[in-house]
Amino acid sequence: MTNPQLNVHGELTHLLATEGLPREILIHILDTAATFVGITDREVKKIPLLRGKSVFNLFFENSTRTRTTFEIAAKRLSADVINLDITRSSTAKGETLLDTIDNLCSMHADMFVVRHAMSGAPYLIAEHLKRMGKHDIHVVNAGDGRHAHPTQGLLDMYTIRHFKKDFEPLTVAVVGDILHSRVARSDIHALKTLGVAELRAVGPKTLLPSEFSHLGMRVFHNLEEGLKDCDVIIMLRLQNERMNGALLPSVSEYFGHYGLSPEKLAYAKPDAIVMHPGPINRGVEIASEVADGQQAVILDQVTFGIAVRMAVMSILAGN
Amino acid sequence: MTTPLVSLPDAEAQCQQLADLIRPVLTPHTMLVGIYSGGAWIAERLTRLLNLPEPAGFIDISFYRDDFAEKGLHPQVRPTRISFDVNDRRVILVDDVLYTGRTTRAALNELFDYGRPAAVELAVLADRGRRQLPIAPDYCVWKLDLPAETGLTLSLAGQHLSWKVEQHD
Repeated sequence: MTNPQLNVHGELTHLLATEGLPREILIHILDTAATFVGITDREVKKIPLLRGKSVFNLFFENSTRTRTTFEIAAKRLSADVINLDITRSSTAKGETLLDTIDNLCSMHADMFVVRHAMSGAPYLIAEHLKRMGKHDIHVVNAGDGRHAHPTQGLLDMYTIRHFKKDFEPLTVAVVGDILHSRVARSDIHALKTLGVAELRAVGPKTLLPSEFSHLGMRVFHNLEEGLKDCDVIIMLRLQNERMNGALLPSVSEYFGHYGLSPEKLAYAKPDAIVMHPGPINRGVEIASEVADGQQAVILDQVTFGIAVRMAVMSILAGN
Repeated sequence: MTTPLVSLPDAEAQCQQLADLIRPVLTPHTMLVGIYSGGAWIAERLTRLLNLPEPAGFIDISFYRDDFAEKGLHPQVRPTRISFDVNDRRVILVDDVLYTGRTTRAALNELFDYGRPAAVELAVLADRGRRQLPIAPDYCVWKLDLPAETGLTLSLAGQHLSWKVEQHD
């Protein structure tokens, strides 16, 4: 099967998932992002790469941070950004997803940044554009269902490389609600491609199915064991709605077993970094002392996220 | 295929000649900014030859090119490094070859996103003519005319700069 993310020349034309992306493309994105980091220090915080291009933010699911950082990234590249409050507009009136896309194409869109509760929605759009012969319109997946959130995965890789330089010697633990997390999937596929020494999944049995061991991960149901001698800890947000089902007993019990407290963090290497895609739930999956502590790089992730999204958009627009 | 079309001068000796041209006009406000790759190598040499107190700045013009829509992003973008305040400074942009003038245009645009220099001048080793923009060098040591199908590039082997002439099809 051909990779829907690549064009006939093997270049990135849509960013839909970190899964299936060759190592060279991942590294190229990270290297390009590095050149964008310094732009915020300049008098003019804009470069003209996407001047005259229109980027449509299509968020079928709520998000503040991701939508805002995509908007800042596109504006730093001098693109025009159009935010569609899709939940309150045409879809609510019964228009199908692809009809919405066709209408926006008629408004001369150059790029769609798509978040959707349904896994695969960005693929559907990318395939539709291909079928319609619109090869110069690009799609960026900003999170689809439980499936993927590739720019978050890439900014996590950028953050890891920034603080740890090389991937090869690292032990990385992904902790929490892995079952429902598109961030976890994007991180895991990118970390496997970039070749970390050891990849661990840590969480309760109900949120960490045994299939994850097939992905080449070591599965732990005990946080202390899972964190032992780790270099990088990626905490996941525990979605509140999971608490209402039968998957978890209570917030305090979850925090007691899987919350990252200073005592638990001490099991990792002394220079381990603590990451979190946000928004953080203090006292649920992470203690305030850790979230605000020396080892947390959570706010650096947000800053790097802008440079990584600039890199993705400029690479796509050029291919 | 590499075909020598003209007798090629010694690029390292040309850097010394360029330094000799710039030396009389140096002021405490002068700073050098080299355009990657060739201009950066030359700017490093000029900084040494002219005993400048500050390291040169470097500009990668990839984000300011006017052919981005056709060619896309260069696979190897290097970070622009201008570690000093350019406001009210006399900037000498340094490049290896001046040809259409489009690279200089892109570098000027990028430079002005860092601030407002008092003046900007242009120093190049080679001027091959055939400009497409109203741009001229202030300091130049080698003027030549080459057909459009001929490429002229500076390359670095070890620590030594040398010219290469290539015939494009």
